[in-house]
Amino acid sequence: MEPHPQLLKINKNEYLAQQKGKLEDALDMGLTKNEYNLICKKINKTPNLTELGIFSAMFSEHCSYKSSKKWLRILPTEASHVIQGPGENAGVIDIGENLAAVFKIESHNHPSFIEPYQGSATGVGGILRDVFTMGARPIALMNALRFGDPDQPLTKHLVSGVVKGIGGYGNCIGIPTVGGETNFDKSYDGNILVNAMAVGLAKKDRIFYSAATGAGNPVIYVGAKTGRDGIHGATMASAEFTENSAEKRPTVQVGDPFTGKLLLEACLELMNTDAVLSVQDMGAAGLTSSSVEMASKGSLGMNLNLDLVPTREDKMSSYEIMLSESQERMLMILKPGSEDKAKLIFDKWDLDFAIIGEVTNTGRLILTKDGFEACNLPLKPLVEDAPEYNKPYEIKTNKKVYKPSDLKTNLTLMDILITIFKNPNIASKKWIWEQYDSSVMGDTIFANGDSDASIVKIHGTEKKETYGKGLAITTDCTPRYVKSNPIIGGMQAVCEAARNIASSGAKPLAITNNLNFGNPDKKNVMGEIVGSLKGISEAASFLSTPIVSGNVSLYNETNGKSILPTPVIGMVGAIDKVENSLEISAKLDNVLIVLGQSHNFEKGWVGCSIYQEIINKKYDGAPPPINLKDEKKVIEILLNLNEQKLLTAAHDISDGGLLTTVCEMLFKYNLGLDINLPNNLINCDNHDPLLQSWCFGEDQARIIIATKDIKKVQLILNENDVDFFVLGQTNSSSNLNLKDIATISLTSIKNINEKTIPSMMGDEQQG
Amino acid sequence: MRSGVVIFPGSNCDRDMIVALRQITGKTPIKLWHKENDIPNLDLIVIPGGFTFGDYLRCGALAARSPVISSIKNHISRGGTVLGVCNGFQILIEAKILPGSLIRNKKLLFTCRETTLEVQSCMKNPFLSGLKIGERLKIPVAHNDGNYFAPLDLIKKLKEEGRIAFKYSNSTNNEKNYNPNGSTEDIAGILSNNGRVLGMMPHPERAINYLHGGTDGLKLLTNCVEKIIG
Repeated sequence: MEPHPQLLKINKNEYLAQQKGKLEDALDMGLTKNEYNLICKKINKTPNLTELGIFSAMFSEHCSYKSSKKWLRILPTEASHVIQGPGENAGVIDIGENLAAVFKIESHNHPSFIEPYQGSATGVGGILRDVFTMGARPIALMNALRFGDPDQPLTKHLVSGVVKGIGGYGNCIGIPTVGGETNFDKSYDGNILVNAMAVGLAKKDRIFYSAATGAGNPVIYVGAKTGRDGIHGATMASAEFTENSAEKRPTVQVGDPFTGKLLLEACLELMNTDAVLSVQDMGAAGLTSSSVEMASKGSLGMNLNLDLVPTREDKMSSYEIMLSESQERMLMILKPGSEDKAKLIFDKWDLDFAIIGEVTNTGRLILTKDGFEACNLPLKPLVEDAPEYNKPYEIKTNKKVYKPSDLKTNLTLMDILITIFKNPNIASKKWIWEQYDSSVMGDTIFANGDSDASIVKIHGTEKKETYGKGLAITTDCTPRYVKSNPIIGGMQAVCEAARNIASSGAKPLAITNNLNFGNPDKKNVMGEIVGSLKGISEAASFLSTPIVSGNVSLYNETNGKSILPTPVIGMVGAIDKVENSLEISAKLDNVLIVLGQSHNFEKGWVGCSIYQEIINKKYDGAPPPINLKDEKKVIEILLNLNEQKLLTAAHDISDGGLLTTVCEMLFKYNLGLDINLPNNLINCDNHDPLLQSWCFGEDQARIIIATKDIKKVQLILNENDVDFFVLGQTNSSSNLNLKDIATISLTSIKNINEKTIPSMMGDEQQG
Repeated sequence: MRSGVVIFPGSNCDRDMIVALRQITGKTPIKLWHKENDIPNLDLIVIPGGFTFGDYLRCGALAARSPVISSIKNHISRGGTVLGVCNGFQILIEAKILPGSLIRNKKLLFTCRETTLEVQSCMKNPFLSGLKIGERLKIPVAHNDGNYFAPLDLIKKLKEEGRIAFKYSNSTNNEKNYNPNGSTEDIAGILSNNGRVLGMMPHPERAINYLHGGTDGLKLLTNCVEKIIG
């Protein structure tokens, strides 16, 4: 739609200002006919091309949440510790001592598929800006990654590029990447997921918001120059892929972590003064969404002279400047008179600083370029009149319940464990994690699977009696459960996240979520969205972990094939004394106890389990049911035991079930265990389905704890009426013994666990 | 003890090093901005890790041409002590204060993990003299370009002069990949010809608290500080 000015023999910006945007242009930009007509009606004129471009960005799914908004409203977003819920650059919670944790997760799925290094790097850069825009210094990065079939060559290329990109940005800017999850499923073959989460720390009374204030106040552009990269990125992120998606490479932004680092330091230095009134990062839809959001949130208007925007290339048009997604840029409203002071700081850090306009009280966004009025739009229709769709949906649930005896096999327990740890979904991600700097900033206590949640110390909270407070962070989702039952799957993601936070010794506090789905125009996909939001909502309410920020990524489909529904939960918790945080690894002579496991074993839940997939080569049936009361109970009792310093390790039972979890707890210190079995399993043979369902079933609300003081722990568990099962005491044998049934060498299992990903990536010497 | 930590655009371990030195000396080190060409008399200057100027050129190449470097050279010529860690080591090499080169890790991947260092038998210097030869220190690395490479005659010379400070060591159960970057002769850190400048890839400031998983970095830095004061 971009005109060729040399053919037109008039100024490109004059052309853009005058040329009316036609319906075809609107369709090209991803708007529908109805949306186009609505726009013309609401603004009482036919928009010019720049105005239409601005509408298309603001009305894109990415910016307007038009398909999901109705259902996002059901999420619980409030609690006494919530300072800022959804709607700002990031969510903010109170963590005591006048401190706030500021965090958000965001997807960069589409760009990362097209250009894995830059796509993922800018995903990290973008989420970091969201956090420091609020005045917080980022202290930790996490990610949730989903790739396609591990046997596909393209998957290796994507894993390699995405991991390099995440590391490339985080390592350079100097924020530790402390953990995350990486999973594989062929449904992601054409649409990988790259969700990046950042957590920052701010003083509770020094949070910065985006609402513009004070007509006449100067509007400042800071950071990197604007180039022609990423134009219409938000629109691309709101469309399905086809074979021709590679042609979209020019709409992928390019990241510059060095400039990101300078911008971070300059912004935080300026925010330490009283100069900044409000601030917004230029993320998706760049200058368009930042100016529109700042002005509309303040119920004001904004006049910008686009000639003053620092540009990387000559003769950029108003259209390009407004729709560019060049990275490392911010828009600020300054207190009048503080411009010189602010400019000095940005000069020191060698960053662009330009006064590009002023706040007005017109309620309109007025842009000029080359002396022509490039845009004159009322702000209200841009934000409030974005369509909200109540799309038809159908929540499909698989109700089939598998009995252990439905899965018959000749495989031994050892065979199954080997297969489990050969599965890249379970195997150690060390090969990936070592490419991320996890220890920069010097506050990382547990990273990358050392603990169920990553733990970072809160700088400056050290006291005589403690090393200080800590934050616990995790990301979780089990898409196969969501596919099978979106409501239970949504609940399970929240519960597993909370269990992980608790297993690290911290109290679960709040959630940021990243909702990754296929095309919402399909009834079943819309059903997955609605169902999982219902599940998340119910579990988050029950566990008092409100949702304070998030992101929606739809249209993750290629040629009509949708990804597994993947509503990723990023959860943050806090621990008062960071030295009390727990790793997953048990020590010698610890007793392992399963919380939430009854003595009277009937059957393990095998439907939708990793075990089922090994035996039946597919996932089927209902996922393990969720009992929120049980979940809360194990979390509370674990935190209670840890407060009394009775625990040495904890690890929640999830993918691969009890025996997999036990192995993971014994690997680090090369320990062994003689496992007690429930009475009805003692005489089973190695292939017995009931025994195997006890070992590998994925029943929820269970955590394995390790203790040196079994008597006291048993007493407390009995007093609190908690189900538990004592597995036995760790020894130095490196063997797992199940009575006379099986002896499993953990040395060989550990070796497999560490070699799976390197050998998948063709790096055989690793490990 | 008066110490200073140099800050370039893109330095990112400056705060960590300041925290470590403050913990040891009880005094906050001064910050030396890269544009300064007149720096006060200091007992120790530390060039911390990071990605100075983005390291879009050879790592440390741009930082090595900053005004502060000539002041650091003056400090060294007066017999001053300098510690360069990670990117700081790369900068010392690019500034030709230390010989050799640091090239891309052998596997071409950024690597962050704990390593075991073995203290070498070396010339008199203020960094290691309180440590035993052969002593092992567990200190993490985090770098993309830490593969120390030098011509054979230079390696021979460094050995003869006792200027190899640390080597990555195969401490436990025959671990094959104990060297994280493929450096020549497992070199992890080297000294200047007068023994007053140490460049090392591992990050001692990241191992100063038992919650980090170890305090060998604290041991090393404390030793430096005591010997420099003494």
